[in-house]
Amino acid sequence: MAAAVVPKFVGTRVKRREDPRLISGNGTYVDDVKLPGMLSMVILRSPYGHAKINSINVEAARKIPGVVAVVTGEDLKGKLGSLTTAAPAEHIPYHPPLAQGRVRFVGEAVVAAIATDPYKAQDALDAVEIDYDPLPVISDPEKALEDGAPIIHEEFKTNISTRAQVASGDIDGAMRSADRVIKFRLVNQRLAPVPMEPRGAVAQWNQGSGQLTLWSSTQGPHLLRSYLAEILKLPENRMRVIAPEVGGGFGAKLNVYAEEVLAGYLAMTLKHPIKWVERRRENLATNTHGRDQIVYVEAPVKNDGTLLGLKAKFICDAGAYLQLLTPLIPGFSGMMMTGCYKVPAMAFEQLVVFTNKMAPDAYRGAGRPEACYIAERTMDMVALELNLDPAEVRRKNFIPKEAFPAQIPSGLVYDSGDYAAALDKALKIIDYPKLRAEQAEARKQGRYIGIGLCSYVEICGIGPSAMLPPTMKGGGWESATIRMEPDCKVTVLTGVSPHGQGQETSFAQMIADEFGIGIDDVTVLHGDTAIVQYGTGTFGSRGTSVGGAALMMATQKLQAKMKKIASTMMETPPDQIVFHQGTMALASDLSKSIPMQKVVDAAYGYKVPIPGVEPGLNESAFYEPTACTFPFGTHACVVEVDPDTGVVKFLRYVAVDDCGRVINPLLVEGQVHGGIAQGIAQALYEEVIYDENGQLLTATLMDYAVPKAEMLPHYELDSTVTPSPVNPLGIKGVGEAGTIGSTPCVVNAVHDALKPFGIKNLDMPLKPERIWRAIKSARKA
Amino acid sequence: MFPARFQYHRAGSVKEALGMLQQFGDDAKLLSGGHSLLPMMKLRLAQPAHLVDIGGINDLVGIREEGGKIVIGGATIHDQVAGSAVIRSKLGLLAECAAAIGDIQVRNRGTIGGSLAHSDPAADYPAAIQALEGEIRLESGSGARTVKANDFFVDLMTTAIKPGEILTSVSFTPHTARTGYTYLKHRQPASGFAVVGVAALVTLDTKGNCERVRVGITGLGPKAFRATAVESALTGKKPEAATIGQAAAHAADGIDALADIHASAEFRAELARVYTRRALQQAISTIKV
Ligand SMILES: Cc1cc2nc3c(=O)[nH]c(=O)nc-3n(C[C@H](O)[C@H](O)[C@H](O)COP(=O)(O)OP(=O)(O)OC[C@H]3O[C@@H](n4cnc5c(N)ncnc54)[C@H](O)[C@@H]3O)c2cc1C
Repeated sequence: MAAAVVPKFVGTRVKRREDPRLISGNGTYVDDVKLPGMLSMVILRSPYGHAKINSINVEAARKIPGVVAVVTGEDLKGKLGSLTTAAPAEHIPYHPPLAQGRVRFVGEAVVAAIATDPYKAQDALDAVEIDYDPLPVISDPEKALEDGAPIIHEEFKTNISTRAQVASGDIDGAMRSADRVIKFRLVNQRLAPVPMEPRGAVAQWNQGSGQLTLWSSTQGPHLLRSYLAEILKLPENRMRVIAPEVGGGFGAKLNVYAEEVLAGYLAMTLKHPIKWVERRRENLATNTHGRDQIVYVEAPVKNDGTLLGLKAKFICDAGAYLQLLTPLIPGFSGMMMTGCYKVPAMAFEQLVVFTNKMAPDAYRGAGRPEACYIAERTMDMVALELNLDPAEVRRKNFIPKEAFPAQIPSGLVYDSGDYAAALDKALKIIDYPKLRAEQAEARKQGRYIGIGLCSYVEICGIGPSAMLPPTMKGGGWESATIRMEPDCKVTVLTGVSPHGQGQETSFAQMIADEFGIGIDDVTVLHGDTAIVQYGTGTFGSRGTSVGGAALMMATQKLQAKMKKIASTMMETPPDQIVFHQGTMALASDLSKSIPMQKVVDAAYGYKVPIPGVEPGLNESAFYEPTACTFPFGTHACVVEVDPDTGVVKFLRYVAVDDCGRVINPLLVEGQVHGGIAQGIAQALYEEVIYDENGQLLTATLMDYAVPKAEMLPHYELDSTVTPSPVNPLGIKGVGEAGTIGSTPCVVNAVHDALKPFGIKNLDMPLKPERIWRAIKSARKA
Repeated sequence: MFPARFQYHRAGSVKEALGMLQQFGDDAKLLSGGHSLLPMMKLRLAQPAHLVDIGGINDLVGIREEGGKIVIGGATIHDQVAGSAVIRSKLGLLAECAAAIGDIQVRNRGTIGGSLAHSDPAADYPAAIQALEGEIRLESGSGARTVKANDFFVDLMTTAIKPGEILTSVSFTPHTARTGYTYLKHRQPASGFAVVGVAALVTLDTKGNCERVRVGITGLGPKAFRATAVESALTGKKPEAATIGQAAAHAADGIDALADIHASAEFRAELARVYTRRALQQAISTIKV
C-alpha cells in the first residue's frame, strides 16, 4: 500500500487553525477564567485631568455587604514598586498603581474595590467620597513647553521628560545649496488601539507553595512576569503568567499596567483569587494610546525634485507618566523618517513632553507610521511645490536596488529592497496615466478626484538585542522548544505570544514540511511562563521572522539528533538521511527508509543504548537576530471628495507589499487588510480628543470612530517578493505594513483631490468638516 | 458597566404595565428594546428601581392597516418596520428610515416606541415621523390620547409623554399617488446616528408642480422638526434644480444648531441645507407622472 502523500504546506493558503475554536465560542479569554472563591475588582478613576487629592473617605464603602476591601494609594505606600519605563529618559516619574496625593490624567486609578461580585464592588465605589482640588491642566504638549506653564511633576521643574538630537551629513550645507527649502508642520494625532477584547487580569495566590499565577490579556507574558516580579517583590520562579486567548493587542497589551499589579498584590494579601476585567470606557482612557507627535519638517530640494536632506523637530506627547516604551517610540520615527529615499543629510531633534493625558506607547507600527508620514507627505509636498508628478519625485529619490544593503543617514542598514518595482506594479494595477487623464476630465466637470501614493519602508523582525534599550528586561532574541513526542506527534513551545497573528498555523506549516508530516500532527503552545521557556513576546512583526528562526534552529538540532539515531539503525551516515513522508529515508533513494516512529521509539525506549546520544527528543534554541528586516511596498488609492459636504469616498485601493518570503499568503493578506483598516482610520476617522481641561471627549465607542466595514474600500492586494538576506528564513514581517503604508496614501489622495482649491496641508483625521472648511475658505480667497 | 440594583417585571398586557407604572411611580422605567436605556443604566446615569418590560406584550408588536391608516405597535422593532411588505409598498419613507438606523443588531432590538420616547436629538425615526405627520397614541390608567408628531417632540430628549403613559402605537396615512420620498443621512462615524438626517416627501400634481412637500430634519437642533420654510418655498412650484436649491437654503432657518466633536453648529446647518436639497431632488426624481 502506497503511503498517503503529505502535501507541502509552506507558501499555501492554509486556513487559520485558531479560528474554529474562537468563532465557535470555545476560546478561553481572561474573563472566562473562573476560580473558586474568586472576588471582583473594580477601579475608581480620576475625573480630573490634574488635581490634588485632599482626602479619600472609604468608610461607607467598606460597610456595604459583600465588599471585602477598599484600597487607596495611601494603603499601598511603601509596599509596591513603581510602574516604570524600560526606555532611558532624563526624568522618569514615580508611578504608583493607585494615585498618591495627586492625579495627573483622567482615568488614573485612585481607589480599588474588591467584592464578591462586580456590582457590589461598583456600589462600594459609588459610596467613596474624594475631595479634590483641581489644578491647572496641560493637554497640549506645545503649551507644556511655554514659559510659566504649570509643571506636571514638580520635582523635575520642567515638563520635558527627555530629549534627543541626531544628525548625520551636512544638513546646513544641504539647506544652503538647495534651490528651495520646503517647510511644513505635520501632526500625527493621538489614537486609541481598541482591541476587540479589552484588557483583564485574574490573579491567584497559592498560600501553600507561595506561588502567584496571573492570567493577563498580554502580548508578552515573560516580560510581564519579569517586571511584575520586581514590582511585587516576588522571585520569578514563584510567579507564573498566562496569556490565554488574547483578543488583539496592537501594542497596547505590550505593557505593565496598574491593574495587573493590583490584582497580584491583592490576591496575595486577601488570599483570594481576584478578577479585574476592563470596561470599554477604561480601555479608551487607560490603555496606552498611540502616535501623538507634532513635527516641523524642513526639506531642502533642487528644482528637479532631488531631496538634499531632511530636518525635523518633534514634539512628542508622553502623557502624565511613562509607560513601558513611551520614550522609545519617537526614536523610530526619527531614525526612519527618510523612508525609501537616498538623502545625503538628515537631522532631527525630539522633545518628549509630559501632559495631563494617558501615556502613548507602541501602537501598530510604533514610530514607523509617523516616520513614513513624514517621508511620504514630504514627497507630495515636493511634487506640489515644484509642480512635478509625485510618482516621478519618488522614483528620482529612491535608494536604487543596486545599493542594498544600504546604510541610511540614521545609521540603520536596510537589508534588501526594490522600491521602484513595487511602485511600478502599483501604478500599473491602478493604470496611472489613464487615471490622471480621468482626473483631469473629472475636474472639468467639477468633480474632485484624487490619486494618492505611498512608498513605504519600515523596520521588522525586532531585533538584535542591542537595538533595545540597555535598561529593558529581556532581549531582542526569541526562543523555541520542539519536542517529538513518543507517538511521533510534535509539540512546539514558542517564546512569542501570538494573539491574532496566526503562528499556531504558520509554525505548524513549517514543522509539517520539515518532517513530512501533517499539520494536525503539530501542536503549537505559547503564552504560559510555566510551560514555555523565556521569550520576548509578540511585537514589531517579530513573531515569524525571529520566533520562526528560533524554531528552525531548534528543529535542526532535533533533526540532527534523529538522523544520528537513524544512522545507527540504517547503517548510513547521518548526512545522507532525509525526512520524507513520515519516514527517514536515504537521500539518494527515498524507497530505502524506515518509519520515523521506529527512530522515535528508539529515542524514548532506549532499550538499546545509542552511543553518544541522550534519550528523549526535546531541543531548544535561542535565536539572536543579526539585523532587522525592512519590508516595503507601495500603496495607491483613488478618492473622490464631495466639495459640498467634505465627505471622502474611496474609488480604489491598491496595495503592493513586499514582506520577503511568505509562509501563508492568507495570513499575510489578513494582516494587510487589518493594517490598512487601522491606517485609513487614522487618515480619516479616528482621533483621541482631550479638551483643554484634560477631559477625554472620545470616552466611548459612540464617539471614538473605529471604522465599520462600510467606511472602508475594497482592497486590491498584490506583492513583490524580495527575501531578506539577514533572516535565516528570508522573512521580513508584515504585521504593521498595512498601517504604515495606508495613512499617507489616503492623506496624499485627499490633498491631490483638493489641489484645484490650492489646499496644501490639512491635519488628520480628514473629517468632512475640516475639508469643507478648507474648501470654503479657499473659495472665499 | 455594572448597573445599580433593580427589579425586573415582565408585563403581559398594556393594562398590567400601566398598573405597574401606577404602583411604582417615579421609581419605574419602561423597558422596550433596551438599546437606549440599558447603556445609561450600565453607566449608572439611570438607576431605576423597577424595570417594567413591555417588549413581550403582543398588542404592542406588529403592523396593521386600520381605517385607511397604517398602525405600528409601540414595541415593534426597527427591522420589522424596515422589512414589512405593507410599509415598503405604502409607507416607503418609513421603511427607508428604519433601515438606516444603527446596524442589524440595533435594528433587531430597538423599537419605534423606545426611539420616539427616548427622543435622542440624533435619532433617525423622528425625521420621518415629522415628515409623515405621524400620530402617536399614548395610553395611561385614565384613558388614551393621540398626539401629532409636531406636538410630540418638545425639547432635547423631552416628549409629550407624561408620567404613567405608554406609547402604544404610531399611525400614518399611506403615501398617495405621484409621491416620491427619501431619507438621507450624514452618519456620525462612531455611533452611526445622524449628524443630520433629512426625510423628504413630495407629491406632484398632474401638471408636475409640487402639490405637497414635507421635510423632517433630525440631528440639527435639540429635537427633530419640520422645515416648514423649505416646504412652503417649494409648494406650488415647478421642481427645477434652482427652485429646489433656493427652498433647501431655508432648511436650518431659525434653528439653534447643536455642536459636538463631530460637527460644529455651522457645519451641521450647512449639512442640513445640502442634504435637504439632495433629498428633495432624489425624492422628486423617483416620481412617475
Ligand atoms: C450601538 C447603537 C447604535 C444605534 N444607532 C442608532 C441610529 O443610527 N439611529 C437611531 O435612531 N437610533 C440608534 N440607536 C438607538 C436605537 O434605535 C434604540 O433602540 C432606540 O433609540 C430606543 O429604543 P428601545 O426600544 O431600545 O428603547 P429602550 O432603551 O427600551 O427605552 C428608551 C426609553 O424610552 C422609554 N420607553 C420605551 N418604550 C416606551 C413606550 N412604549 N412608551 C413610553 N416610553 C417608552 C424607556 O423607559 C426609556 O426611557 C442605536 C443604539 C445603539 C445601542
